[in-house]
Amino acid sequence: MTTTQLLFWFLSALAIIGAIGAVGSKNPIYAVLWLIVVFFAISGHYVLMNAQFLAIVNIIVYAGAIMVLFTFVIMFIDLNEHPEMPKNIYLKAGGIIAGLCLMIVLVSALARADNAHTVLQLGTGVGLIKYLGERLFSDYVIPFEISSVLFLSAMIGAVIIGKKEPEQAT
Amino acid sequence: MPEIKWYIFLAVALFCIGVVGALTRRNSIIVFLCIELMLNSVNLLLVAFSKMHMTGKLGNALSAMDAQIFVFFIMIVAAAEVSVGLAIIVMMYRNTKSIDINFLNRLKN
Repeated sequence: MTTTQLLFWFLSALAIIGAIGAVGSKNPIYAVLWLIVVFFAISGHYVLMNAQFLAIVNIIVYAGAIMVLFTFVIMFIDLNEHPEMPKNIYLKAGGIIAGLCLMIVLVSALARADNAHTVLQLGTGVGLIKYLGERLFSDYVIPFEISSVLFLSAMIGAVIIGKKEPEQAT
Repeated sequence: MPEIKWYIFLAVALFCIGVVGALTRRNSIIVFLCIELMLNSVNLLLVAFSKMHMTGKLGNALSAMDAQIFVFFIMIVAAAEVSVGLAIIVMMYRNTKSIDINFLNRLKN
């Protein structure tokens, strides 16, 4: 077993354990911490596939910004006063069975696809920042600018939704 | 070098764990975290596919870069979605004093 395969299995096991921990934990803070483990494992996969730009962006945007936003909201909401009410056991079992059926169908359908045994070429320089930046600012410059408008509208929307309503409205 | 199917199986497993979490949990923050998990599994699959067809003479480098730029834009949309969604959760907590997902039933009336 080569080093690449060893790293692949290690990172995959870490990602799946982290995902199960995030779904199964009672406290949302622990769920956020498990999900950060998943994001670091996925960033490790990106580094393994020589996509350094996406690895860095994944750590900065997801593990940095989005998870900090989640922890901030969880600390803003006092969860000890309002514990999660237990869901109907049949609904829970139905959800788990539905998810497992989806996984079985997808795996059995994709395992016998024609290209399933294609070996990845991990060492190519496609994911380097130089080439991606050139392409992002030449062919994809208009979507890039539109995404800044999207961010502006999301920011304004978050402020308007989160604003405290005046008292006389009630 | 791993085959493409192992990456497909990993992404499918992560996606289905996210689906199970979104279906079974009632805490709306954890449901939101599961949606992030599903987005990330799709990102992983796109990056794996971008490294798949690199064996020809030209190497299809341009289309491989397109896949990674798609991942970049998915991250942008996810960040915008998280900011609006967390604002909605905070507003829901302020109005109902709870973050249980079943309280969203009252949006029907």
